[in-house]
Amino acid sequence: MYGGGYIFEESKNGHSEEEDQIKLQKFEERIAAGEKIEPSDWMPAEYRKQLIRMIEQHAHSEIIGALPEGTWITRAPGFRRKLALMAKVQDEVGHAQLLYSAAETLGKPREQMINDLITGKSKYSNVFNYPAVTWADTAVIAWLIDAGAIINQVANSKGSYGPYCRALERICLEESFHLKYGHDNVVFLATGTSQQRQMVQDALIRWWPPIMHFFGPSDKISVHTETLMRWKVKMASNDDMRQKFLDMYVPKIWELGLTIPDPKLKKNNETGKWEYTEPDWEEFKRVINGDGPCNKERLAVRRRAEEKGEWVRNALLRPSEKYTVPLS
Amino acid sequence: MKQLTEIQTKALKDLICRIADDELILGHRNSEWTALVPILEEDIAFSSMAQDKIGHSLALYQLLNKLGEPDPDAIAFTRKEKDFKCCHLVEYPIGDYDFSLMRHFLFDKSEAIRFDLLSRSSFEDLANIAKKFRGELKYHTMHADTWLVQLGNATEESKARMQSALNQCFPLALGIFEPGEYDEVLSSENIFPGEKVLQGMWLDSIKIILDSANLSIPDIDTSDRSYGGRKGYHTEYLKPLLDEMTEVYSIDPNAEW
Ligand SMILES: [Fe+2]
Ligand SMILES: [Fe+2]
Repeated sequence: MYGGGYIFEESKNGHSEEEDQIKLQKFEERIAAGEKIEPSDWMPAEYRKQLIRMIEQHAHSEIIGALPEGTWITRAPGFRRKLALMAKVQDEVGHAQLLYSAAETLGKPREQMINDLITGKSKYSNVFNYPAVTWADTAVIAWLIDAGAIINQVANSKGSYGPYCRALERICLEESFHLKYGHDNVVFLATGTSQQRQMVQDALIRWWPPIMHFFGPSDKISVHTETLMRWKVKMASNDDMRQKFLDMYVPKIWELGLTIPDPKLKKNNETGKWEYTEPDWEEFKRVINGDGPCNKERLAVRRRAEEKGEWVRNALLRPSEKYTVPLS
Repeated sequence: MKQLTEIQTKALKDLICRIADDELILGHRNSEWTALVPILEEDIAFSSMAQDKIGHSLALYQLLNKLGEPDPDAIAFTRKEKDFKCCHLVEYPIGDYDFSLMRHFLFDKSEAIRFDLLSRSSFEDLANIAKKFRGELKYHTMHADTWLVQLGNATEESKARMQSALNQCFPLALGIFEPGEYDEVLSSENIFPGEKVLQGMWLDSIKIILDSANLSIPDIDTSDRSYGGRKGYHTEYLKPLLDEMTEVYSIDPNAEW
């Protein structure tokens, strides 16, 4: 899905002093000219490190993001929704696969990334540490979280690292179907029976704070990312993406007669910017550092899946007694 | 095909319902693996096959609808447990991946042969559906065969696991072929040659793969046969599955979801 609100590490010097200055200059010129960097090209160590971190976080977000919606596949009401949700969550797993592959081109094996995920060493998008309490939550997630993801990913697909950009182009195409599915789902609830309406309103109230958190801390307090922006690793500021999201989706939410739980939310016609209650960044930090409603559960599920599947992976690695060509 | 008699219609509906319920319940079970399969690539493959199964059940329920039954959502999401005609094999929880793979192998083999037989059915609507599904099933069985042979020949653990999964699944799989009330009508009208014929062909076809996988097939003559599902007697696992499946739908079955 998703990969909003990446956490970048503060770098001490922007880049290592030992980097070859001539190579660096050429590298930056290529990026400024809109060229893509490919796996075998020279790149600063800091660029590689931050990209691995970002793509890996994104991949983790896809696989962990499959969990809150995945638990609703077995409860989806009716064939149409059941089939659509199965396909959607399958897509998300596919996104994880694409992204792990993209990150692997930078030198970190998938096994190591997954290990860092289940030991809590690397992060994933904060939104997936919140529960999908009812069916309506899955509708809100598929519409608005995927919408946020698209804004983030379309921006990133114009970045500088070739394999990541190409993966994102395909991912964005699929995300746009998720968004349509989610929107259709929300429309049915919002225009349905009073009970359905209440369900989707409640879900929106629950999900609004995580949605506002989705793009990451406000520019005022987030780590300075000028170098990453120049290197086209980070493509848009958190606040700019949040503004874009609000611009595109708040009118659509209001159109459905739903209430957004922020009395301050309105567009300032002079500045053209949305004004809103500042999200609770302390909570954001608390949740990303492990203390959200579902962090433990999500990682436990992932860890259990890894442990339970170990014998299968081993059996693929060591066909000990007899090599067999797969049949047919 | 000429106008169906009352008994033929009954026989046909019973047959379609059995197949569709198997597809729905196994597709549902296999979908529980989504995002939890041991390998990402396999996760995607397993989900595709689960989606195919749910898609098959939908098409078959649509056919039932054409024969005078309620619409597919109503059939799938409002019937009581005793009205389901699925076999016990599909009802069991997913267990570990060995169990799920073995079930997938044993079931899909029967399914592929069944649709092959049905593609020559005198009931044209069913024959047409069967022809379409047959193509998809080819990939499902190819997938299952590849895994069986790989895991049956890999590590000590994988061999032992697959053998014990086979021992557990075999009596359940024999329940697929529980004789039906209308087998004679179905076969004399050339609608379907019958479960007995299917079982014979199935045994031949699983044997080839199980031999390559170095797994031994339990003796069919001394094996239990998990019958009852086709007549509405189910394992303890079906009711909770149906409760879960209909949890949202039943909030308001008249609402549009
Ligand atoms: Fe998505
Ligand atoms: Fe995705």
